[in-house]
Amino acid sequence: MSWDFDYFMELFLAGLTRGSIYALIALGYTMVYGIIELINFAHGEIYMIGAFTALIVTGVLTLMGWNSVAILFIAAGVAVVYSSAYGYTVEKIAYKPLRNAPRLSALISAIGMSLFLQNYVLLAQTSDFLPFPALIPEFEWLRPWEHIVRSSQVVIYVTTAIVMILLTFLIKFTRIGKAMRAVSQDKEMAMLVGVDVNRVISVTFIVGSATAAIGGVLIASHIGQINFYIGFIAGIKAFVAAVLGGIGSIPGAVLGSLVLGWTESFFTGYISSDYEDVFAFLFLVFILIFRPSGILGRAESEKV
Amino acid sequence: MDMRKTFTVVIVGVFLVFSLVGISAAADTIKLGVAGPHSGDLASYGIPSVHAAEIVVKKINAKGGVMGKQVELLVEDDVCKPEIATNTATKLVSEGVDVVLGHICSGATKAALGIYKDAKKIAMSPSATNPALTQSGDYPNFYRTIASDDAQAQLEVDFALNNLKAKKIAVLHDKGDYGKGLAEFAKSFLEKDPRAEVVLFEGVTPGAVDYSAVVQKIKQSGADAVIFGGYHPEASKIVTQMRKKKMKTAFVSDDGVKDDTFIKVAGQYAEGVYATGPKDLSSNPMYNEAVEEHRKAYGDDPGAFYPQAYAATLALLNAIEKAGSTDYDALRKALQTNDVDTPLGKIRFDAKGDATGVGFSVYQVKNGKYVEVK
Repeated sequence: MSWDFDYFMELFLAGLTRGSIYALIALGYTMVYGIIELINFAHGEIYMIGAFTALIVTGVLTLMGWNSVAILFIAAGVAVVYSSAYGYTVEKIAYKPLRNAPRLSALISAIGMSLFLQNYVLLAQTSDFLPFPALIPEFEWLRPWEHIVRSSQVVIYVTTAIVMILLTFLIKFTRIGKAMRAVSQDKEMAMLVGVDVNRVISVTFIVGSATAAIGGVLIASHIGQINFYIGFIAGIKAFVAAVLGGIGSIPGAVLGSLVLGWTESFFTGYISSDYEDVFAFLFLVFILIFRPSGILGRAESEKV
Repeated sequence: MDMRKTFTVVIVGVFLVFSLVGISAAADTIKLGVAGPHSGDLASYGIPSVHAAEIVVKKINAKGGVMGKQVELLVEDDVCKPEIATNTATKLVSEGVDVVLGHICSGATKAALGIYKDAKKIAMSPSATNPALTQSGDYPNFYRTIASDDAQAQLEVDFALNNLKAKKIAVLHDKGDYGKGLAEFAKSFLEKDPRAEVVLFEGVTPGAVDYSAVVQKIKQSGADAVIFGGYHPEASKIVTQMRKKKMKTAFVSDDGVKDDTFIKVAGQYAEGVYATGPKDLSSNPMYNEAVEEHRKAYGDDPGAFYPQAYAATLALLNAIEKAGSTDYDALRKALQTNDVDTPLGKIRFDAKGDATGVGFSVYQVKNGKYVEVK
């Protein structure tokens, strides 16, 4: 097969789409890990709940005859609020009581929460796949490049970029951001100098859940279908991306996600999608051999 | 005369009477063996066939039987186990069976067939779907009224080549047993056919976030048609992304996709998609009648493979009637040359033993509904 630039670009952009979605979810993993060293396995479900909330809001507003761009914004807004509320509540119920327990207990609690939320949506909603309307309009100006990239993909890239910029701003330049950094460095010391650690942890969960919800709405609109199980695989992949980039590091999560997305996309395109996951995880192993704490992770000596 | 002597005489007498009956019955009945699992875990697969045979035989006997003789059933249990099926077959043969309806499970059927073959007896299964049973050519005495496992793949390939005139075909699957098995059959059929080439053979990961890369790959391969083995969630994602990319590539899939959820989820993008699915029997009056007879006789709805067993019993008895004997070669000829009306429609058998006209049809989504493609 001769070198085909269009094909390369298509795969590059497909990988970027996947990577962006992974990144929106991975942020939540990495932020929570950075602060309380917990792998929040219920995070994938928060993403799924975001998509479901958006679907319900969309259904109601479509009946009322609103136009799709307005629906997209309102649905995304409601999804963010709902998912954040779930993220906040999950932390209060499942993790806060276990804050001083061994780390394994909190991990098991997280897995339990993940199963609970999955089954809750399964029972409260349905086990079927549901159609998700294409809320993102087709842009006229994109027509010449339509064969390579779709407008929903462009919206995913732009939104992800905006979310990253806002998040960087939040962490670098606001009071709460400073408090987050302080808690992640040393929880007890931060407490001693008067940082409200519980509040910081809650905010972290809320912010992480909000980005996951945005990811859920965008991918559902791009793919056109959702069910109660979508959070599981997306969550695992995003977790891998966070580890790949260096768990606890925010730029690392984004970079890890994009690398994972591109790896999958190019392997599918140039080799075979039969082994898509095999390649993705081989790549993870390979990177972790040479950089055990991830691409951008801080090298930490294990406290024995 | 003491008690013991009387007793012996009675026993001997009873045996004599029974063996007399046995001999006289053998002389003027047609013996139809019914073999399958009638007890154990898999009994629910075998019992409906016994019911079907009983209903059909009762009806035919009431009308005067076959060639003027009454039909007698010899029901034997094989518990779906190959090692027991050989005993079952040996027993049926030694009892002088003329034709056999069975067995049910492919493994048990295969084990029993050699014994029937040596005894020159015809066996017809309502349910053994293993492709090799007919296609290997090892068992010319074997017939079946159910489509083999690869029948869907064969139908999809034929449809893509004959109706869609596709030259380049992409074969995709979801890496599952069902989807991948089907895709591999489709691929092997396509490779035997010079009219088209397989330009892409790939598995997709079920539940992945996005299938853009695979869709690009289909586009890049220049395929005119996609044959997909798998279920509707992946199919609807792939079709939706293809259509959003303005790709007009035909999409042909299987009965995992011939489901209304597929249309609901893929919406407007489902239009024009082809899927194979089991033939709709409910429009056949004979099928409805057969179900009604079962309700009347047993008080409930028939179980698995009932219509197939009903059809097989009819086909076997009809062949005996047409051949005018139970001779092996005459029966084979009769099965391959006569059409029989059955609950599955009008059937006959090809040289390999598969029934033609049973099994699957191609459906297409038109205006949000699956419509059979004639």
